[in-house]
Amino acid sequence: MLAISQAPRRFVFRAAVIGLAATLLAGCGINTIPTLEEQAKGAWSQVENQYQRRADLVPNLVETVKGSAAHEREVLTDVVEARAKATQMQVPEDITTNPKAFQEFQEAQGELSSALGRLLVVVENYPDLKANQGFLALQSQLEGTENRIAVARRDYVEAVRAYNTELRTIPGRWWRAIMYPDSEPMQNFSAKPGSDEAPKVSF
Amino acid sequence: MPHTDRQIEGKKGTGQAATPRRLVVLIAVGLAVLIGLPAMLPTLSHAAREFPALTGRVVDDADLLDPGQESTLTAKLKALEDETSDQLVVVTLPSLQGETIEDYGYQLGRHWGIGTKKLDNGVLLIVAPNERKVRIEVGYGLEGKLTDILSHLIVENSILPRFRNGDFPGGIQSGVDDITLALTGHGEELQQRAVPPQYADGDPDWILVLIWVVIIIYVIYVFRYGAPVGGGGGGRSSWGGSSGGSSGGGFSGGGGSFGGGGSSGSW
Repeated sequence: MLAISQAPRRFVFRAAVIGLAATLLAGCGINTIPTLEEQAKGAWSQVENQYQRRADLVPNLVETVKGSAAHEREVLTDVVEARAKATQMQVPEDITTNPKAFQEFQEAQGELSSALGRLLVVVENYPDLKANQGFLALQSQLEGTENRIAVARRDYVEAVRAYNTELRTIPGRWWRAIMYPDSEPMQNFSAKPGSDEAPKVSF
Repeated sequence: MPHTDRQIEGKKGTGQAATPRRLVVLIAVGLAVLIGLPAMLPTLSHAAREFPALTGRVVDDADLLDPGQESTLTAKLKALEDETSDQLVVVTLPSLQGETIEDYGYQLGRHWGIGTKKLDNGVLLIVAPNERKVRIEVGYGLEGKLTDILSHLIVENSILPRFRNGDFPGGIQSGVDDITLALTGHGEELQQRAVPPQYADGDPDWILVLIWVVIIIYVIYVFRYGAPVGGGGGGRSSWGGSSGGSSGGGFSGGGGSFGGGGSSGSW
């Protein structure tokens, strides 16, 4: 039996060190998890901003429509109530890691989306509203905001995907175990048929 | 006595005997590759999409402009950038590759990095004649100056009427002029010039017109004071920087980003 002599043992050690170093360097560094987490949180606050912006447009929109279509009471009330529900919702600090809160948020915003969609369909029947400059201005703002919401959501989905992947793969897994045991995977938007659809009505 | 190298079939060695060097090196490299390499691969978000090269301030891939018109426009756009540091780029596309112009627009803006990285002050005027769509895509930083309403008015009142008549160069030129007005602080003037679309028959009642103007100004007021000006928030992919060979006098994007603001229209 050949005993392992000094030279090969030293070599094994060196090779192992190189292998490990290569893994850690080539993979991801110690800062990746916090960086990705902050990016995802930033993306989330952008999503919240844009949803808030949409909610801010609603009062003016409702008033303008009331001016020409006051007896469409049901639709207008739906919009006002949906907006109230969405804005009065308490958004907790940990919404990105709290499945229940996230779900509630998504649903509330989805209800506002459908209420707005119904309102815009109803408005089709009022040609003087469609020619009203004030209404057209609000409508273009609403479209712009819905687009920004879509972009913000996409950015968030990307950021969360990167962060969650990092937490699940090696060596991120190891870093998390060693240094960031509090890091939780973040929630993502679930595709519900219809309820989150942005109202897209073209005149 | 030299010890014989055994033929190595698998990567597992047997503990007791002397481990051949090759095996150890293989394991080390294999580990590094298996674990390290996939993590280094760039994240492929969507299917590979072809973006046109940024050949200059006017990228006329759909061939709507003749060389003379192109150079006049380029000069105007350069003057705008010199005056305000805002980058306005005109791009005409033969195809939107199955995407909506809204989806395509902000990604193109980010890919080219139009506008400076610090200010995100880029604007794209995108024309897709085959899909009959036009869009003014506004970067994060300019959403306050070139508001959605202004973009909408420019598209509806300056660009689309001319496009409907088949006058693409005219529509593009007036669009550029109006956007320039908005970016150099003359948004109010643009507002007042706005012609209401002719839906109703008969003469406009002047009092009604006055009331509309007041409503618009009020909405702008609310918008300016109420809505947050873009530029915050992280999560923007930094696809910035120049891309493509720039034969147009060394024009390149400054790394600005886009958030989906602006307005579209179709004819």
